[in-house]
Amino acid sequence: MKVLLRFEDVALRRGGRLLFEGLSFELREGERLQVTGPNGSGKSSLLRLAAGLLRAERGRVERSSLALSDDAVALDSELELGRALQFWSAPEKAMEALGLAHLGLVPVRLLSSGQLKRATLARVAASGASLWLLDEPLNALDADGAMKLGGVVERHLEAGGAVLAASHQKLGGEWRKLELGL
Amino acid sequence: MIGALILRDARRGLTGAAWLPIAFFLLVAALVPFAIGPDAQLLARIGPGAVWIAALTAALLPIERLIEPDRADGVLDQLLLHGVADETVTLAKIAAHWLTFGPLLIVAAFPAAALLDIGGAALARLLLAILIGTPALAALAVAVAALTAGLPRAGSMAGLLLLPLAVPLLIFGAADALLLEGAVSLLLTAGAPFVAGAAIRASRT
Repeated sequence: MKVLLRFEDVALRRGGRLLFEGLSFELREGERLQVTGPNGSGKSSLLRLAAGLLRAERGRVERSSLALSDDAVALDSELELGRALQFWSAPEKAMEALGLAHLGLVPVRLLSSGQLKRATLARVAASGASLWLLDEPLNALDADGAMKLGGVVERHLEAGGAVLAASHQKLGGEWRKLELGL
Repeated sequence: MIGALILRDARRGLTGAAWLPIAFFLLVAALVPFAIGPDAQLLARIGPGAVWIAALTAALLPIERLIEPDRADGVLDQLLLHGVADETVTLAKIAAHWLTFGPLLIVAAFPAAALLDIGGAALARLLLAILIGTPALAALAVAVAALTAGLPRAGSMAGLLLLPLAVPLLIFGAADALLLEGAVSLLLTAGAPFVAGAAIRASRT
């Protein structure tokens, strides 16, 4: 199984505070890993580090093609949802899978926070990247949204992808756990 | 992706408030005859300089919408994850900003020149000088926008940064030294994407 993400003895410091050190793990094709830990323990920072948006203080991070869903929506609020997602990649199948197909012509600024969360997840699903980084994927999602997300994740794993999610909530399915302390 | 980004930014610029800097430019140019009086000879002599001051101040207006909204909304992060380097993003943003600022400013220079009694050959030289200078003004605006993105009171900071950097453009542009103005414009336009790219990288903490 190919390794899609590898942390080797990684330390991360933000704002002068050491969030974690000596962190090593691997994520292979078909695997899912949930980062848990209390607020402020560095879950989101770990994802941004995995994405290459932050730099490690020590250690090495190797990554394959990846996509990130976090709190930043990154969709033009004046456009219809379909066109806004189209800027990143062809979104039709992913919108269908996450229950957004009927919202394609609604302007992004009119969407609820749950619908925006689905939209950022749809962008990840449509990206074609093998590694998905999901930051608090259940935030603002209703039961139907959580179920649809579970289905999308299952299919991605079956297709040889991998998922790294940061959440303190219980995610659907069997997840390997990585606990960050304070 | 680069073409799509330029189109997107140009569309957002034009559907937003692209007319605002232009209206501001005309307003400043219109203030000069009020301040100086109706002496046509005097107006024609200080006219090009006044047009340049109006252009520089107008270039400050769009700065806050050039980088900060995309930084706050995660667009810059997503572009990087899609394999577009920060320098490429800022180059595209400079091109898009010029498209929504340069041509409109050149059109607005006609009524501004009429207000200041600039005509004939002097008008042609002035338009050429503005054409040469606007890419550098757009590049400076994007670079300063990246340097101040996310800071409190970014608007006033941007003015303090941009105006001194634009002084060489002002000197050569108003003095009709078009070759030297072209050299300065080229230098600023070529350097700005790197400055802005580095500023965006440094803002990811």
